[in-house]
Amino acid sequence: MQWLDANYLNMIDGFAYAGLLFLIAVGLSLVFGTMDVLNLAHGAVALIGAYIGAAMLGGGAGAAAPSGLQFGAAVLAAAAVGLLGGVVLAMLTNGVDDHLRQALLTLGIALIASDLISRSFGADERSVAAPRGLDKSVDIFGEAYPAYRLFALGASVLIGIVIYLVLEHTQIGAVIRAAVADRAMVEAIGHRSTLLLGGVFAVGASLAAVGGALAGPVLGAQSGLDNTILLWALVVVVIGGLGSIRGAVLGAVLIGQVLTLGVSTLEEQASYLMFGAMALVLLFKPAGLLPARYGAAGGH
Amino acid sequence: MNRTRLTYALVLLALAALPLIMPPYPVRVMGTVLAFGLVAVSADLLTGLTGLPTLAQVAYFGVGAYTAGLVSNHLTTNLFAQLLIGTAVAAAVAATTGAVAVRTSGIVFLMVTLAIAEMIHRFFDSWSVVGASDGLIVGPPTLYPGGEPLLLAGLLYWWALFVFLVGFGVAVTVARSPLGRSMRAVRESPTRLEAIGQHTYVVKLVSFVIAGALAGAAGTAMMALKSFFTPGHMGFGLAALALLAVVLGGAGTLWGPALGAAVVILVRDWAAPTYFVGGAELILGAVFVGAVFALPHGLAGIRPTRRKHRPSPLTEVTT
Repeated sequence: MQWLDANYLNMIDGFAYAGLLFLIAVGLSLVFGTMDVLNLAHGAVALIGAYIGAAMLGGGAGAAAPSGLQFGAAVLAAAAVGLLGGVVLAMLTNGVDDHLRQALLTLGIALIASDLISRSFGADERSVAAPRGLDKSVDIFGEAYPAYRLFALGASVLIGIVIYLVLEHTQIGAVIRAAVADRAMVEAIGHRSTLLLGGVFAVGASLAAVGGALAGPVLGAQSGLDNTILLWALVVVVIGGLGSIRGAVLGAVLIGQVLTLGVSTLEEQASYLMFGAMALVLLFKPAGLLPARYGAAGGH
Repeated sequence: MNRTRLTYALVLLALAALPLIMPPYPVRVMGTVLAFGLVAVSADLLTGLTGLPTLAQVAYFGVGAYTAGLVSNHLTTNLFAQLLIGTAVAAAVAATTGAVAVRTSGIVFLMVTLAIAEMIHRFFDSWSVVGASDGLIVGPPTLYPGGEPLLLAGLLYWWALFVFLVGFGVAVTVARSPLGRSMRAVRESPTRLEAIGQHTYVVKLVSFVIAGALAGAAGTAMMALKSFFTPGHMGFGLAALALLAVVLGGAGTLWGPALGAAVVILVRDWAAPTYFVGGAELILGAVFVGAVFALPHGLAGIRPTRRKHRPSPLTEVTT
C-alpha cells in the first residue's frame, strides 16, 4: 500500500503516456500489417505534429495559454498535414517491396524532414502550451496532477475506441483486417488495394501527427525527438505484435509504465528495461504478445 | 578477371597514396571512411550474405573502440595489441549476444539487434570508467614497443587502411569459403540447409561472431584515428547509417557497402561541412531517397559492362 501511495501518480502518468504512444504506434502497426511497409519516417511525422502545435499555440514561460478552440484547430491542422504526408509516403513506398530498400527510403525521408524541421524551427527545444482550462493541476487523492495529461489520456482512449469500432464493425474495417491477413485475396475479390492501403497509410500518419500534437504539452518539440518517438513506437508495436491493434494497446500500456514508473523506481536501469523487455518478448514470442488474429503480419 | 584485378590494384594504390597528396583534414576524414567502411562490410556479411538485417554492428564497433581505449590507457599504447584485444573482446560480446539474437530472423532479428545495440550503447553511456557520456580520451598510439608515438594524420590513416584491408580480406575470404556458401544458403532457404545436414543456428552464430569481430577491429582503428570515443559514436543514428550504407552500396557485394559507407561519411564529414553547413542530413536523405529509385541494386549495380545477361549483384560476391 505504501508503495502504491508513493507511485500511483507515476502509474497514472504511465497511462497518459500509453494513450499517446498508442496513437502514434497504431499507424505504424497497421501500415506494416496491411502493406508490409516498415515506415521509419513515422517518428518524423509525429514530430511534425508536435511542431505544428508549437507553431500555432506557442508556449514557454509567460506565454498566454491558447483557447480550447485554438488547440482544437492545431490538432486538426496536424491531422490534415499527417494525412497529406501519409498519402505522399504511400505513393513513394508503393512498389518498393524489399524491406531494406523501404528502410533506405523512409529513413531518407525522415532525415530530410528532420533537417527541414530544425531549419525552420531552430535546434532549441520548444515547449507547447496546454489549452486554457487544462493548464492547471487537478487533485487526485490529495496529490496535484496536470489536468492536461488526463485530457490527453481521455482523448487517446476515445480515438482508440473509434479505431476499434471502425475496424471491427464496418465494411471498410473488415476489408482492412482481411488485407492484414491476406492482401492478394482482398485484391482477388475486387478491392483496389492501392486505394485502400493508401488510405490506411494516410490515416496512420494522421494519427501519428495527432499523437505528436497531443503529446506536445507533455514532451515538447525538439529535434532528435523523432528518433526517440520512432524507437518507442517500434518497441510498442513489436512487443504487441506487428499489425495487431490489441497488441499496440498492450505494448503502449507496458512501455508507458516503463517510461514513467520504471524511470522513477529503477532510474538508470529503466532504459535497459524497455529494450530488454522487447528482446525477451521477441525471443519467446517472435510474433508479439497479442499477434494479429488472422495475421500473416511479420511472417514474410 | 584481369580488369577487375587492375581496378583493385588502382584503388589500392590511390588509397595508399592519399596522405602523400592530400592535406591532413581530408586524410582524417578518409580514415573515418575506412573505419566506417569496415563496419558496413561487417554489416553486409550479416545483412547481405546471411540475410539477417542488423543494427547491432555499431555496438561491437563501440566495444572494440572502448576496449582499445582501455588497453591504451592501462596496458599498452601498442596498436597491434589494441587491435587484437579489441577484436577479441568484440567477438566475445558478439558471441554472447548473438547466441540469443540468431534464434530469430527477418524483422524480428532487426529488432533484437536494435535492442542489443541500444542496451550496449546505454551501458557505455552510464559506465563511469570510460567517462560515461563524456567519452574516453587516449594518448597517441605506438606501432612497436619503444617506438615513437604516431601523431601524423597520414600515419594513423595508413594504420586504418591496414586494418580495413585485413578486415575486408577476411570478409571476402569468408564469403568465398564453404562457410560463405552456407551463409547464402541461410538467406535463400534455411530449411534446405537443415535438410542437407547443416545447422542454420551454427552458421548464423558463426557469421554473427565474425561480423562482430570485424566491427570491433574497425572500432580499434577509429580509436587510433580520433584518440577519442563517446557513446554518441555508436548511437541509433549511426546504427541506421551502417545498415543504410549496406543497402545504398548493394547488399551482398561487400565492396558495394564499403563504397556506400564512403558516400555516407564523405557527405556527412566533408561535403556538407565544406559546401553546405548543417545540411548533412538533408543531402544524405536526398541521396538515400534518390538511390531507392535510381539504383535498384545499389552502387554495386552500376557496372560498365556490355554483357547481355549478368548475374544479379545481390546474389553473388563478385570476384
